[in-house]
Amino acid sequence: MTDPTKSGGASHLDLAEREHTFLDANELVLNMGPQHPSTHGVLRVILKLDGEKVRGTECVIGYLHRGVEKIAENRTYTMFNPYVDRMDYVAAVSNGLGYCEAVEKLLNIEAPPRANYIRVILTELNRLASHMLWLGTHALDIGAITPLFYTFRDREEILKIYEKYCGARLTTHAFRIGGCLYETYDGFEADVKKFVSFVTPKIDEYEELLTTNRIWVERTRGVGVLSGPDCIDLGVTGPVLRASGVKWDLRKAKPYAAYSQFQFEIPTGQNGDTYDRYLVRVAEMRQSLRIVSQAVEGIPEGPIMAKVPKVLKPPVGEIYHSIEAPKGELGYFIVSDGSTQPYRIRVRPPSFVNLQALDKMVRGQLVADVVAVIGTLDIVLGEVDR
Amino acid sequence: MNPVATPFFFYFLSAMALISGVLVITRKNPVHSAIALIFTLLSLAGLYLMLYAPFVAGVQIILYAGGIMVLFLFVIMLVSVSRVERESQFNKQWLVGIAATAALGVLFILVYAKGKSVFPERTVQLPEQLNTQQVAVWLYGTYMLPFEIASLLLLVAIVGAVVMAKKRI
Amino acid sequence: MLDYVTGYLSSNVTPGQAGNWVWALIYILLIFLGISLAVMGMVWLERKILAHMQIRLGPMRVGPHGLLQPIADSLKLLLKEDIIPENADKVVFWLAPLMVVIAAFTVFIVIPFGPTHAVTDMNIGILFMLGVSSLGVLGIIMAGWASNSHYPLMGSLRSSAQMVSYEIAMGLAVVSAVLMTSFNAGGSGTLSMIGIVQAQAAQHTWFAFKFFPLGLVALFVFAVAMVAETNRAPFDLPEAESELVAGFHTEYSGFRWSLFFLAEYTAMLAVSSIAVTLWLGGWMRPFPSWHGPAITIPNFWEHAAPLGAVDFAFSLVPAVCFFVLAAFAFIGTLRMPKHPLMKIQKGGLGALALVLAGIGLVLLIPPVRDRIQDIFWFVAKVAVFMYLYIWYRGTFPRYRFDQLMKLGWKVMLPMGLGVLIATAVVGVLV
Repeated sequence: MTDPTKSGGASHLDLAEREHTFLDANELVLNMGPQHPSTHGVLRVILKLDGEKVRGTECVIGYLHRGVEKIAENRTYTMFNPYVDRMDYVAAVSNGLGYCEAVEKLLNIEAPPRANYIRVILTELNRLASHMLWLGTHALDIGAITPLFYTFRDREEILKIYEKYCGARLTTHAFRIGGCLYETYDGFEADVKKFVSFVTPKIDEYEELLTTNRIWVERTRGVGVLSGPDCIDLGVTGPVLRASGVKWDLRKAKPYAAYSQFQFEIPTGQNGDTYDRYLVRVAEMRQSLRIVSQAVEGIPEGPIMAKVPKVLKPPVGEIYHSIEAPKGELGYFIVSDGSTQPYRIRVRPPSFVNLQALDKMVRGQLVADVVAVIGTLDIVLGEVDR
Repeated sequence: MNPVATPFFFYFLSAMALISGVLVITRKNPVHSAIALIFTLLSLAGLYLMLYAPFVAGVQIILYAGGIMVLFLFVIMLVSVSRVERESQFNKQWLVGIAATAALGVLFILVYAKGKSVFPERTVQLPEQLNTQQVAVWLYGTYMLPFEIASLLLLVAIVGAVVMAKKRI
Repeated sequence: MLDYVTGYLSSNVTPGQAGNWVWALIYILLIFLGISLAVMGMVWLERKILAHMQIRLGPMRVGPHGLLQPIADSLKLLLKEDIIPENADKVVFWLAPLMVVIAAFTVFIVIPFGPTHAVTDMNIGILFMLGVSSLGVLGIIMAGWASNSHYPLMGSLRSSAQMVSYEIAMGLAVVSAVLMTSFNAGGSGTLSMIGIVQAQAAQHTWFAFKFFPLGLVALFVFAVAMVAETNRAPFDLPEAESELVAGFHTEYSGFRWSLFFLAEYTAMLAVSSIAVTLWLGGWMRPFPSWHGPAITIPNFWEHAAPLGAVDFAFSLVPAVCFFVLAAFAFIGTLRMPKHPLMKIQKGGLGALALVLAGIGLVLLIPPVRDRIQDIFWFVAKVAVFMYLYIWYRGTFPRYRFDQLMKLGWKVMLPMGLGVLIATAVVGVLV
């Protein structure tokens, strides 16, 4: 990767040629990251500043590039399944769900209803975990240190359920192509119900700390505004899109797994600023709890694995399948040449696409807002770089 | 209050003021000059204290060392030091400089030779405890009008600075 | 020798006023040691209190309940490599932490811990404190510039702008308190720190409650401005870790960094002391003019003099406080896990309980009891402010720079000015 501070042509900031008039003397090129407390990993943002005002930004990504898509070409479909967990490691279950469903679609098989219910429960819990982690770190970026510990305490309960279910906490590899490998453990339903009743007041607690806090509102309202049409132009999805007033959720728009069977709402905002995104995500946490409690009530009996051949050889063809991951639309585009290994897998990561809105959101704002906006975009660098 | 080691402090503070004063004009780096100036101002504040003028000393520290020097440094930090160091430091007006120095020297000699009748030989014991109160009485009583005029002048200067600095108001 | 000591202790002036440089040096040393110890204690307390606010335990490993953690911390900082960046301005880089520390400690010269417990009493006491504490910002600017790096530079720019703006609101609040000192029979006010407390004693009220609610508003303005002055949450923009990494001390490490740390906490103690002296009656105990019915306590040390019952009750508080602390330590000893490896910790905590109880007993001796009271109440009031600092940090998000400036110039400054004018008007009318 060339260094954008040096090469003039590749960078749209024209960082190489800086005017040296007297009044422009205080223009500053600030290198934020890859080692920086609030770039959420190894993101490097080059900021062109006028005092504290941001004149332009440039994201340098790829510090966490592991070539996941290339690895897929040398693995069988089954072998690649655990790798997707390592992309968005905060929402590993969602990644696995998207991949399994895409391959199932390619193979033309369908997971049994019980498996779909288990998938919904675990994925929605994962959405909660991801939003909790986002909330804690976002608040930390804005300077409130305490919510982080509260959200981590509650996220821990979700991870405990995962651990009991499949033995892993973070990169779970919970699902298999064709359904689930593990039957629910004894007391799974009770655990989930207990968690739902435990965490509902806790979400009120987070809101108590932040929603009406004057400093929090001042720091987030009107910061990083992104209009609905802008979101669509940039391909931004997920809570960021919904906070701009676009009611688009793949769980409703193109229901997958068992989502068509549950009652839930799509929370939206109007202003498309950081505060609305915060409200939307918190509302989504409540909706997720609603889905989880419905699913755990109505979980059907039956097999958890469809009939899947031992060696997966999908027919020649290509498939695109996307799900609503916590951060937005997570899509898998798989090209099969008929062999046991995919010819090409392309992932549409929500974080990567959302990140490109950063420049539009922070231009003309202050340095402190850059931090808030990076936080509100909810990026995971593992997914951006893959 | 019995002053402790007065001559020592006088010479110490004077030496500090002089040395740092020389440093202010000889340092090439403007930040170093500014820091030297801070020490000059602080030692002057000490000298004011020794002259039984604690209020002036306090104001000297607050306004000059604490306030104005902060703004000085604020501006100087934004200047590219490497560019400044390349520029010539003195503007080569030797004739005027020597003339001014000579005039000042003559003034000093005159004061030393003839000033005995003008200046009291010994410092009078000033009322230290009431210094601040007396400054206040003079400022707000005897010299009320000049004081208000001066503050009006400063207000005009502030408004002018704001108008000049801000493109649109 | 003993006569000299007792003779001095019974005098009524500070060593600075008496021109007694031996005692002045002793006071300076005592204050220096006391402040350093207080900072270490503050570090431990802050970590513990913040942890408990955040459902954590905080330091637990070094000593019982992490009591020895500050020692471990300072040892680590002393032994750490002291890095000076290659392109830093060496002299200024070296000078900056010294400047900050000296400014923070010098302030304590005029802080009255009691009627005579100050190094000196200056005619311009409060002016001196404001001036010297404003010198600390110079060190911060120097540190930011000398590091030759963008983040420290931005941190120091922020801090200089912030401190200069909030100093004005702070000064106005202070002036309104100083104005209150002049509302007595003689009609002459004072800037001396001891004089300000004596004025509160003479007017039978803490200035926080004078001309209700004017005193409280002034205290509020000062309390906000002092948090901004010391760069603490929610005004900790100069060292905003999520934006500027560590702000002006990003490039500092080891001992030099610990000097900044020391200076920050010392400055917190200093401004809290100003607030206590100006508005909360300095060394005076709560309800200073309520003496209660006179009772005679059998006093085997001095003459048995009749003493107000309330006076007597309040004079026992310091000792009781230490007894309570000792009780906590003792209960902690009993609750220690019964494991051979915990023997040393258990012994240590038990010894601490004994030492605390011993201090409590010493505080019961009448002359000590009478002399220690002033210091105790002063320290207790400062401790309340310290707790508030920690509480803010656990609760508030951080302001943005423009919002901070807006708050300073558009809210705090008019408020301070209004309070000043209102105090003057009310003072003339009443």
